[in-house]
Amino acid sequence: MNIFKLSWKYLTFKPLSTGLNVMLLALGLAIITVLLLIQDQFEKKMNQDAEGIDLVVGAKGSPLQLILSSVYHIDFPTGNIPMKEAIRISRSRLIKNVIPLALGDNYQGYRIVGTNSDYLGLYDVKFSEGEGWIEPFDVVLGSEVAKKTGLKTGDYFEGSHGVSEGSHDHDEHGFKVKGILEPNGNVVDRLVLTSIESVWYTHDEADSTASETAHDLLHQPVSQTGFPKTDQEREVTSLLVQYRNPMAAIQLPRMINSGTSMQAASPSFEMSRLFELLGVGVSLLQGLAFVLIGISGLGIFIALYNSLKERKYDLAILRAIGASRVQLVFLIFLEGLMLTFLGALVGILLGHTFLSVIVSQNEQGVVGTLNPWVFLKAELWIVVYALLVGIIASLIPAWSAYQTSIAKQLTKA
Amino acid sequence: MLFSTQDLKYSHPGQPQFSFSDISLDKGDSLLVLGKSGSGKTTLLNLLGGLLKPQSGTVILGTADLTKMDGAKLDLFRGKNIGIVFQKPHLLAPLSVKENLVAAQYFAKEKGQNVQSLLDELGIGAKANSSVKTLSEGEAQRVSIARALVNKPQLILADEPTSSLDDENTEKVINLLKNQAEKIGAALIIVTHDQRVKDHISNFIEVKAT
Repeated sequence: MNIFKLSWKYLTFKPLSTGLNVMLLALGLAIITVLLLIQDQFEKKMNQDAEGIDLVVGAKGSPLQLILSSVYHIDFPTGNIPMKEAIRISRSRLIKNVIPLALGDNYQGYRIVGTNSDYLGLYDVKFSEGEGWIEPFDVVLGSEVAKKTGLKTGDYFEGSHGVSEGSHDHDEHGFKVKGILEPNGNVVDRLVLTSIESVWYTHDEADSTASETAHDLLHQPVSQTGFPKTDQEREVTSLLVQYRNPMAAIQLPRMINSGTSMQAASPSFEMSRLFELLGVGVSLLQGLAFVLIGISGLGIFIALYNSLKERKYDLAILRAIGASRVQLVFLIFLEGLMLTFLGALVGILLGHTFLSVIVSQNEQGVVGTLNPWVFLKAELWIVVYALLVGIIASLIPAWSAYQTSIAKQLTKA
Repeated sequence: MLFSTQDLKYSHPGQPQFSFSDISLDKGDSLLVLGKSGSGKTTLLNLLGGLLKPQSGTVILGTADLTKMDGAKLDLFRGKNIGIVFQKPHLLAPLSVKENLVAAQYFAKEKGQNVQSLLDELGIGAKANSSVKTLSEGEAQRVSIARALVNKPQLILADEPTSSLDDENTEKVINLLKNQAEKIGAALIIVTHDQRVKDHISNFIEVKAT
């Protein structure tokens, strides 16, 4: 028998009230845990995916949409831009490198991205199997795509039109899996990568207008860097631009936005705008979490205070059998602390479980790439915070325990 | 002399002062404190147990003067040397019978006697691991006596221990208190207005309101 055990006995003596308070506190802390986890991983992921991309150039429309579709591959593309114009822009001295993208198809919901080999270099990918694309219709799969679809090198599959699942299939020409990438922890894991030519030819055949696409063209090596070579009027979806120097950040967007039919958007600017918009929702949730924690603090206080009224006899008895005032105060504090510590543990666990449920519901989205079982240092602060709630809630009850007069309590009856 | 008091005086705020006659007891002695309700019996008991501080006078147990002690030191001294049996059993409800006694040992920092054999002796050994809520009134009172005895105190104080018990249980409780006090060599003081107790203990003082 010691004070810890005694506190524990008193806590478990009222399982309903204790359980309710633990749950209330845990819910509030779970929300905070989820927010912490999402914020941490989301921002990290967002920054990781946009690394090395200074500017995105695409068709006019919402700049945020352009960024989301071309960098994070979540929203719909804003439309296409003529390749001639794209090439003209890319010759600017302000630009170090340009990676063209051609979007528009998917395979089982995973986006097929036509690009060049620079894109692989941008994310510093490694192959776990096979190699990069050489001919049209050669594709490279992101690790997650390969895992979920079960495709292997050498397999064929057919893409569907549109960036989301459920449209008609391009059944004229299948893609051939040429390589599979190692898990990279970013957007590439969820993509099917191929050459721009593959995307063009798929749609040529689908429209069956461009019959001039000679069959032998399909077996010529595609261009690995820069824009694909063609003498036709072709389009791409967007360009990922790297600046040559800081001056470009000032001049290039203005030049493109006012001087061409295209628009330029900066990932970092648009993402901070997005986080600002989301911030309202996040603060609302945070507010709710704090209200819950406040209520649970009050609940713990009331529970301790009420049980204290019933327990004044018990406290007096404890004094009569040799416990000091300080020990009684310690007993009360310990009860509050145990309660909140339990709440913190349950809350953190609940938060991670919530997130893993959310993640399992959104396997193909950005959320799907979050890891719900990463533990952050900030979660230790949740425990500290909960214990603080426990101490504050125990202050008055502990004081009143300190004040209890044994003689009065025991002889009142 | 094991236990003695001198010139004890105490007054509750706004009430006339009680002055109590001196008490002196040896090991194994027992004493009844009789008196009407409101005569100050319970106040005397609180003074003897160090639960209240007298305005003047001394309470000597062994070599220590209770009135000179304070705070945690007094609490610990009480836990070690004075066993108190209250009018109601006042057991700690979340704990089992055994744990109630172990808690008393823990707070008094005493190993004391073997809890199980003490419970056996008092006829409640079979209930050692039951919740105290399942006990009858008589059993609960016996557990509270066991709790008072568990640290082998030098002084046992009992406040109306028989007021809610029937004749049979009253006799049992009084005999228990007497026998156990003699066995561990403690002085026993019972505060009561119960006439049935007088048949067992002849030595008494009477407290009168002045």
